[in-house]
Amino acid sequence: MSLALSDIKIKGETLTELPQDLYIPPEALEVYFETFEGPLDLLLYLIRKHNLDILDIPMSALTKQYMAYVDQGVRDKSKAIKLELAADYLLMSAMLIEIKSRMLLPKPAEMMKEDDPRAELVRRLMEYEAIKLAALELDAMPKVGEEIQVAAAYYQQISEVKPIEVQLDDLLEAWKNVLKRAKLNTHHKIGKSELSVREHMSHILRRLKNEGMIEFSVLFDVLTEGLQKLVVNFLAILELAKEGLIRITQQGAFTPIYLQVNSTE
Amino acid sequence: MVEPENSTENSIASKLVLEAALLTAGQPLSLDDLLKLFAGRMERPTMRMLLDELKLDWAEKTLDLVTVATGYRFQAKPQYSPFIARLNPERQAKYSRAVMETLAIIAYRQPVTRGDIEQIRGVAVNPNTIRQLVERDWIDVVGQREVPGRPSLYATTKHFLDDLNLRSLSELPPFEEFAQNEMPI
Repeated sequence: MSLALSDIKIKGETLTELPQDLYIPPEALEVYFETFEGPLDLLLYLIRKHNLDILDIPMSALTKQYMAYVDQGVRDKSKAIKLELAADYLLMSAMLIEIKSRMLLPKPAEMMKEDDPRAELVRRLMEYEAIKLAALELDAMPKVGEEIQVAAAYYQQISEVKPIEVQLDDLLEAWKNVLKRAKLNTHHKIGKSELSVREHMSHILRRLKNEGMIEFSVLFDVLTEGLQKLVVNFLAILELAKEGLIRITQQGAFTPIYLQVNSTE
Repeated sequence: MVEPENSTENSIASKLVLEAALLTAGQPLSLDDLLKLFAGRMERPTMRMLLDELKLDWAEKTLDLVTVATGYRFQAKPQYSPFIARLNPERQAKYSRAVMETLAIIAYRQPVTRGDIEQIRGVAVNPNTIRQLVERDWIDVVGQREVPGRPSLYATTKHFLDDLNLRSLSELPPFEEFAQNEMPI
């Protein structure tokens, strides 16, 4: 049975004895109507609650009660019908009424027990009741993670470390890559210094353009500039001369050397 | 350690190898799994015998060596469960009646379709109910019934049996036990 007698409370009071009348006010069930798992569950409750013989169900009384509860139960507070809940229950109402009316028909003399219109309903009720009890039993069985603790001692997973295989080709390939990268680096260095010489060439030309003639030694600030820069500066002057952009002149031996823009004018 | 050979002394060593493997597995190990431990140098009957001995060795200790659907596993003896449970105060939420009834139908009537479940319970099956059971790896789809719509057929898994400490479905309480009255013919 779904509920023991002591589980049932009406307006806060535990029901201690079965009501003499078969009829329970539908309001009593309203509160926990949604806890029923469907029409079969509700019917079973009504049958077991009233100690009805499941094999000889008084259809008229049962149908009347069922309909009363369902009418209450499937409505929400604003009395609107909760459709998703109602469908299954209303289908059962139809079935109950059908059975009831078939029972009203006069019985032929050769009526067999199997022809009882209630037979299918009884079969379903009993099967559902068995499933309900089976579900309770399954629920009560000890389960892993709840009542059963599986032993799992700690174990540091150790896997064999295999040495990585190296082919001669892999080695050659790696060496080629190293060379390639080294070459790339060297190239970059050359490019940088070239750019530097070009930069100094522009710089000197700009000064000559502004100042006209400049004495050679003025272009070399030996106190503040590093050797590398001095060399680059010198290379820039040579390059400018080679390209004929400047003219370098000296009056005589050991006299100051002058630089000036080479103009055709 | 030295690979055990066939002698009384070494059968004890083999038994300890089994014990160590089972204690560290954390899940059931099948006979095939256990045979791998000895790289094919042990016969199944010997293995079964050793496992039986191991069961007896632990009889007076804290763990049971049990057989479930997918193999052998060590688990705490039931009397320790209430204590161990205190380490995990967050208990798993109980399944709803709908879930448990659906599970019961699948366990006892498998393979069944959603329609079969609805017929027995008298209400539509909430897809969530099925999903919860599939996610727990307690049920799975084993095929389709060849009727219009080709509905999926559900059955319980070995994992379900493992979790309930069962070797096979036949160890479930017989369904007849639950019938309250004689079923009308």
